[in-house]
Amino acid sequence: MTLKEKIKNKKFIITSEIGPPKGIDAKVILEEGLLLKDRVDAINVTDSQSAVMRLGSLAVSRLLKEEGIEPIYQLTCRDRNRIALQSDALSAAALGIENILVLTGDHPSRGDHPEAKPVFDLDSVQLIEALRRLEGGKDMAGKELKGAPKFCVGAVVNPGADPLEPELIKFEKKLKAGAEFFQTQGVYDVNGFAKFIDRVKGYNTCVIAGIILIKSADMARFMNKNVAGIFIPDDIIKEVDGATDKQEKAVEIAARTIKELKGLAQGVHIMSLGWNRLVPRILDKAGL
Amino acid sequence: MIITKGKPIDEILKYLEGAKEIFIAGCAQCATVCKTGGEDEVKKMKELLEEHGKNVVAIEVWDPPCHLLEVKKRARENKAALDKADVILSMSCGDGCFTIFHGTGKKVIPATDTLFLGEAERAGHFAEVCSLCGECTLFMTGGYCPNTFCPKGLQNGPCGGVKDGKCEVSPDIDCGWLLIYNRLKDLGELDKMKKVHPPKDHSKSIKPRKVVVNAVKSRI
Repeated sequence: MTLKEKIKNKKFIITSEIGPPKGIDAKVILEEGLLLKDRVDAINVTDSQSAVMRLGSLAVSRLLKEEGIEPIYQLTCRDRNRIALQSDALSAAALGIENILVLTGDHPSRGDHPEAKPVFDLDSVQLIEALRRLEGGKDMAGKELKGAPKFCVGAVVNPGADPLEPELIKFEKKLKAGAEFFQTQGVYDVNGFAKFIDRVKGYNTCVIAGIILIKSADMARFMNKNVAGIFIPDDIIKEVDGATDKQEKAVEIAARTIKELKGLAQGVHIMSLGWNRLVPRILDKAGL
Repeated sequence: MIITKGKPIDEILKYLEGAKEIFIAGCAQCATVCKTGGEDEVKKMKELLEEHGKNVVAIEVWDPPCHLLEVKKRARENKAALDKADVILSMSCGDGCFTIFHGTGKKVIPATDTLFLGEAERAGHFAEVCSLCGECTLFMTGGYCPNTFCPKGLQNGPCGGVKDGKCEVSPDIDCGWLLIYNRLKDLGELDKMKKVHPPKDHSKSIKPRKVVVNAVKSRI
């Protein structure tokens, strides 16, 4: 069953994430992918995340596919105009990649090429519309395609956005444009997440809750201060601070959170930040 | 208003290398307000250049130097000084700098960097508010331009980079889409934000743009 079918059949979805390397040596990330192959439904491949130039998400998505792993090709609006976005989406379809996660993308000034020209010709809502249009056999200019693609289109939502209403307005637009599933920012405050789910359950869409492993108390404090929509409660930070085995603690917290989220979200998306080898243990502990 | 910033004197001197006789032309409008090319700045520039061994043949403040007919008229009035000058130092925006070259035929060196089209908030404070995109949608966004107030120019709401109401680009920048949201909420017009806005039509801003106004028609 493909990710698209699983989403449609309301299966509980487990996804993970791989960040392509800076360079062409993809050996390590493919090993990570193989480690997760039988445990997750699909693996996201980030698109030069944090605006740091890396090996392309399309190429790595294809490499994963060749290993029998279902990729979710992340496509940001940061670096490509509407011609390149549509063309890359068609390229993905031609390479057998169905899942596309649409994101705005970080501003280049945040990355390792701060002098780069920011593109953002389309925004995430418009890109979702464009992908749906391609599926209908036409491009954004209304021109007929020779062979139409088929996609499973995802988007992102931030349950911790403050204020929440503008985020919900955009969420609704993404849904209206044709998003089939949503992956969220990292969730630590399950009560806060439950309130968010309460607001969006009427839309009857697939929300996959984000899990970001906490590697240290410093990282937790840094994320609280600097990362939009992240709220790590104090007692979790204390728990991490007091732990002697940080990896074991990260596994424990992630597994516990996943258990608590099971009844709320239709899936979990584990962002391990390089600790992908811990993911099978997290899933074991969470009973998945 | 066109907002300019004066270039450092060392940079200006580098561009003036080899030129001895300098004609300084300022601007009575935007650059006067920005304090980059008004009467005071033009006089100060004269002193600075003389300290560095240049001979200033004339100092002028034109009103404005971005108007070709004004430049041509002033060029006729200042013919003797211009004939003597190796170069004109333009203390106005890039538009003034070009029009001075166009209207005089002389070599022109810019003394400013042209930054943006903006609002004079108060003396010495200027803020970028318009990106000259060629298709104004301010009626949809409560008066805040999403192409200008959002560094990504997003058309359909905030991205995931908003932290404490600020943009991911800098904690000094308010999230443009929160400004729009709050304003539309106050106006009772949030339905405008809920509508999906189409991509910008960049064919409307292909450079260089030109406009010819039919004076009679434009009044109708």
